[in-house]
Amino acid sequence: MQTQENKPQNSLLAWIDARYPLVSTWNLHVGQYYAPKNFNFWYFFGSLALLVLVNQILTGVWLTMSFKPSAVEAFNSVEYIMRDVEWGWLIRYLHSTGASAFFIVIYLHMMRGLLYGSYKNPRELIWLIGMLLFLVLMAEAFMGYLLPWGQMSFWGAQVIISLFGAIPVIGPDLAVWIRGDFVISDATLNRFFALHVIALPLVLIILVFMHIVALHQVGSNNPDGVEIKKYKNDQGLPIDGIPFHPYYSVKDLFGTSVFLFFFAVVVFYMPEGGGYFLEKPNFEPANPLKTPDHIAPVWYFTPFYAILRAVPDKLLGVAAMGGAIAVLFAMPWLDRCKVKSIRYRGVSYKILLTMLVVSFVVLGWLGTQPATPELTKLARIFTAAYFLFFIILPFTSVSERTKPVPERVS
Amino acid sequence: MSSNEQQDVKNLTRRKVLTAATGVVGAAGATFLAVPFVSSWQPSEKAKAAGAPVEADLSQMQPGQMLTVSWRGKPVWIVKRTSRMLELLPTLNANLRDPQSESSDQPAYCKNTFRSTKEEYLVVIGICTHLGCAPLYRPAEKSADMGDDWKGGFFCPCHGSTYDLAGRVFQGVPAPKNLEIPPYRYLSDSVIRIGEDPEEGVA
Repeated sequence: MQTQENKPQNSLLAWIDARYPLVSTWNLHVGQYYAPKNFNFWYFFGSLALLVLVNQILTGVWLTMSFKPSAVEAFNSVEYIMRDVEWGWLIRYLHSTGASAFFIVIYLHMMRGLLYGSYKNPRELIWLIGMLLFLVLMAEAFMGYLLPWGQMSFWGAQVIISLFGAIPVIGPDLAVWIRGDFVISDATLNRFFALHVIALPLVLIILVFMHIVALHQVGSNNPDGVEIKKYKNDQGLPIDGIPFHPYYSVKDLFGTSVFLFFFAVVVFYMPEGGGYFLEKPNFEPANPLKTPDHIAPVWYFTPFYAILRAVPDKLLGVAAMGGAIAVLFAMPWLDRCKVKSIRYRGVSYKILLTMLVVSFVVLGWLGTQPATPELTKLARIFTAAYFLFFIILPFTSVSERTKPVPERVS
Repeated sequence: MSSNEQQDVKNLTRRKVLTAATGVVGAAGATFLAVPFVSSWQPSEKAKAAGAPVEADLSQMQPGQMLTVSWRGKPVWIVKRTSRMLELLPTLNANLRDPQSESSDQPAYCKNTFRSTKEEYLVVIGICTHLGCAPLYRPAEKSADMGDDWKGGFFCPCHGSTYDLAGRVFQGVPAPKNLEIPPYRYLSDSVIRIGEDPEEGVA
């Protein structure tokens, strides 16, 4: 019955389908992928992340055509792209704004997971693959930021690579191995270029593929956190599901247009994002003898950077920063509540999650500010609050006073 | 058990041994293959050779002035300390993490109160031992941005580490060690060569 329906009418399609599973793949992942009918605003960000990835790859490939990955030429070649290459300014701003947009979209996408329990059984692997994606994306962004060879590029990389130097015993040698020199140099720039344009994008694409395959294996979660596969009609299709195409492809098209509107406003009217997307010291060429008076990483790293600065010990600071990211991997096991969606969860989770989000945002702001004694004190408080979420959650989530979860989506 | 079945069991065991052996040989091969790729990230011969000593002329320096020279791509500071600065240094010991430079990096001939061969001149690598920024020179006592307790020294803008005018790190800041002192020797009263020990000539 099913195969009869799927049989292509078009003869070219039939020819291809006999040799390649085109129609069945399309149906599995798009045409007959049944997603819950109650997706809301938060469900735009997955497809938007894919859109930004495509933007980064397309503009990135074009940038490599004019960029020179050498310490002598890099800074000038970026200026050359901005001034002399036809439409170079647009391609470069699309790429630099795209980097910030990527993190905005990804942070909201992760927030969605925390709100509706999308990391819980049976979706643990989707969460883990997603966290790996986040990690690789951070490495990709960090290496990309070195390439323009400005003051912030240089000193940002100096600080981050020195983090590895804090590891006992092997640290200093590891830092030299990563740099390929005793200081950040041409060798570092050249290898970061290779990793940024080839190695890490390949890893990203493979992980995105696995992320989607894992999602389509178990099916999408939804704002109610109920499994739509529980109630199926006589054709074996989930009653509360609708095919991804055309229903969600059209919905995502709407999300895409809204996103592109804001994206274009930034690209055309405020490409530096007020000094947050492109930092001011980066308009000066790298000078290995002078650190800018105030250095801060790009905004999407500042929450973790504030945690690093909050700890008055080199090794512990690095460990706290790494731990802040690593602990997110454990979410599916730290949260022991059976109820997925925040709609039906107890007050304790709502309070804890608010605390986490507030800490993350405040730390993000603190990371952009100079390290004065008062602000450092504040950073310590919010670092503690950030970690407190993960420490308390396993205990409160066991005996949470949850509301009854509906059988089907509401 | 028939002989056929025995034959099957034997074949199965043999197959397992062969599979394991192939796996082990393959893993060993992959490890050997990884060596050139991993080693390729080490500093090249060219990078290793780029460590030539540099010279600086100190004759024009005013008391309290700082000179920055580049050695092996790193900033090296030379500070001509005033007598007041030298007086203050021993009084700071109680606030320092490593006042005697026991766990810090310096040539043996600079492991002393002033961390130098000539008391007057501090020669130090201007890279914070925390995460590698170049600290700022704040020589004045009670310097406006450093507060009333400040006795002169260096301040790292990245993460707020502070050092005194002998490059010794204060307590309660993230940097773990005193600033590193490079090998150096005086060619004459006013010319210094950085990157060479006094005795051997070459570091």
